[in-house]
Amino acid sequence: MRAGQQTTDIGSVLTFPHGVHPPEYKELSCTRPIERVPFVDEYTLPLGQHIGAPSRPVVRVGQVVRRGELIAEPVGFVSVGLHSPVDGTVTAIELVDHQNGQLVEGIRIRTDRFSPQVFPPREAINPSTLTRDELIRGIQMAGIVGMGGAAFPAHVKFSLKPDQSVRILMLNGCECEPFLTCDHRVMLEQAEALLDGTMILAGFLHPERIAIAVEANKADAIKVLRQEVARQGIPVEVIPLEVKYPQGAEKMMISAILGEEVPSGKLPIDVGAMVSNVGTAVAISEYFRTGKPLMERVVTVSGTALARPTNVLVPIGTPMQAVVDFCGGITHPEPRILLGGPMMGMVQKNLDVPVMKGTSGILVLTDREVVDPVTYSCIRCGRCVDACPIFLNPARLGLLARKGLWLEMEEQHVMDCFECGSCSFICPSAIPLVQSFRVAKGLLREKKIREQTNQ
Amino acid sequence: MTLSMMKTIISSSPFLRSGLSTPRIMWEVVITLVPVVGMAAWVFGISALLMTLVCVLACWMAERIFLPPAPGASVLGDGSAVITGILLALCLPPGFPFWMAFLGGFVAIALGKAMWGGLGHNVFNPALLGRAFLQAAFPGAITTWSAPATSFFALRGSNLALPFLKGESVDAMTGATPLSAMKFTHQAADWQDLLIGQVSGSLGETSGGLFLLLGLYLAWRGLINWRIPVGMIATVGLFSGILYWIDPAHYAPPQFMILAGGLMLGAVYMATDLVSSPLTHKGIWIYAVGIGILVVMIRVWGGLPEGVMYAILLMNAVTPLINRALPTRVYGHASPTS
Repeated sequence: MRAGQQTTDIGSVLTFPHGVHPPEYKELSCTRPIERVPFVDEYTLPLGQHIGAPSRPVVRVGQVVRRGELIAEPVGFVSVGLHSPVDGTVTAIELVDHQNGQLVEGIRIRTDRFSPQVFPPREAINPSTLTRDELIRGIQMAGIVGMGGAAFPAHVKFSLKPDQSVRILMLNGCECEPFLTCDHRVMLEQAEALLDGTMILAGFLHPERIAIAVEANKADAIKVLRQEVARQGIPVEVIPLEVKYPQGAEKMMISAILGEEVPSGKLPIDVGAMVSNVGTAVAISEYFRTGKPLMERVVTVSGTALARPTNVLVPIGTPMQAVVDFCGGITHPEPRILLGGPMMGMVQKNLDVPVMKGTSGILVLTDREVVDPVTYSCIRCGRCVDACPIFLNPARLGLLARKGLWLEMEEQHVMDCFECGSCSFICPSAIPLVQSFRVAKGLLREKKIREQTNQ
Repeated sequence: MTLSMMKTIISSSPFLRSGLSTPRIMWEVVITLVPVVGMAAWVFGISALLMTLVCVLACWMAERIFLPPAPGASVLGDGSAVITGILLALCLPPGFPFWMAFLGGFVAIALGKAMWGGLGHNVFNPALLGRAFLQAAFPGAITTWSAPATSFFALRGSNLALPFLKGESVDAMTGATPLSAMKFTHQAADWQDLLIGQVSGSLGETSGGLFLLLGLYLAWRGLINWRIPVGMIATVGLFSGILYWIDPAHYAPPQFMILAGGLMLGAVYMATDLVSSPLTHKGIWIYAVGIGILVVMIRVWGGLPEGVMYAILLMNAVTPLINRALPTRVYGHASPTS
């Protein structure tokens, strides 16, 4: 499975079979250091920013809160804490706009105009004195989620069942989505914290191997990380991976590095792999060393319709309009605003929604990059078959979807599709392949739930 | 500018596209066919150019009638009908009557593509289907081979024959094709002549070397699957090589079998038709090897001197079966599913 090995000045690169090569557009922002966005007058924090149960408010309207103070606590295990990004006053606990277009409960905080941006250092917690359960609880209360975009509570992933063990702890610095450069900048500018967080994780996960996987287009980050690893003298491998989409998907990283597959319906941990985003490791380090919870994150703000593409450190809850304004504003009359990357991200119809924990990128594109091409018939060229990283036959699934043959699609393993969009990217006839698979997966999931509740 | 003043467009990811569209694939293939037509014109004179024009016109008209383009789409269509027209012309003899060629082009699109539901739905390669129709309808005219032209503007009398009139339609100068010479008199042409193209035959059955170059280009551009020509040519070479090794007096040498007739044209342009070839690499290999075996069998033991057309059409017919029957293994699953 280690196809495509080649030698560069950073050593040989590993990869997975299949995949596509979208234009990268990284040059727009990859050389821009992380800038801090100034405080705005009001912050809006939806309670459900992560996968799982929304947090429960522990503040009331009118209460004065400090920067980094817990304002909502986790409800159940698959849930995390939420913190105020500023000193200020809670003005409302009400329904607010969520990025997914729904109204959800959230907390609004009016900023105290003298709120300091520097986080007052608190007593550092020495992670080596904590038990595994205390560490897990700490990560949960710190509100830390996977920073790659899915926002899955980090502590849930790090909680091993008694029969599970970690063969390899993989830090994901692939950042294979075009435009996005936030992980790249984090690796360059926060290498020390990244490795510290990695070693905190390694301290209670006890992995046999520790690896940081970086796509070869970030050679400077690879060099910086290798230098830092050598300086700290820690057993961490920095593994360059081929520049190919979707290299950053967990399953594809495992294919590339271990040469193994994650069985269908199982998790990476079932083959002994624990994969975590580099930003998550930095957040863990910051929490244990300075007591700072997850209340701001690095976001790439980029795109050809943006005056000044860059990488910014944004307090969670900042309205996206303020972030875009900070980056010079929009220069095109018909922009396409996306959250996340252009391959798997989602379109946004308005900028009144806040930046959340899972927001890795805000892209403002034009019709030059985002085209709505004319759809032709499938010419059976097989490009989608060669692109699909999990070896599905998208051409055939597309035909089945067109006829509404959902059950046949299930037999063809449509449920294994993780919606990377490689098939739709490559299709010369512009057939909405992954889009129709999403519909099929939704309907099949609904059917399963219906069957379970009827029993 | 605030967002409320802007027009925003909502769609679903992925938002980027590879940029290679179906019409673009088709037109790029059309461009690579220009030197082939040029070569045919150089060898056979102006007849080759007129024949191509007639066939393309017929295909385009049939496409306009049976598969009218959507409002606002290009009048030239997606380019696939133009490919069909050029390819059909390339497998016709230079002295072939134009009216028959026109009919062939019309039938190629009407019965070869429109009847199945248009682009992407046909089982058979439309150009070869048109050629098969002409072979059945006009077996005499389609096997009347002219020797390469003496003068560029010398139009062959038979080109302008009128429908349903018997006349002096047979060209004065006929030359046996290398394959029929081999079939009926066991004379193999010199393979160097075949490579350069100074032999008689259909318009596209001339220079094997040119197709080799174009095939390399098309494969490099990713417009054809290289496995098809490689598999076909290797199979023909291997199979005929074994026969030649058994009895060199009776069987043709493999280099002759590869370069003679329409094999190179078929391997690079006909068998590689995206629509009528299998989807997966494994399927492609079965398809290519199958064509190679059938070509040698028809040429050596069949009643016809040339077998590329029927070999490809037969494997076209098998393609849906290959697509359906070949098991593929999905990531994370131990056993393949079909």
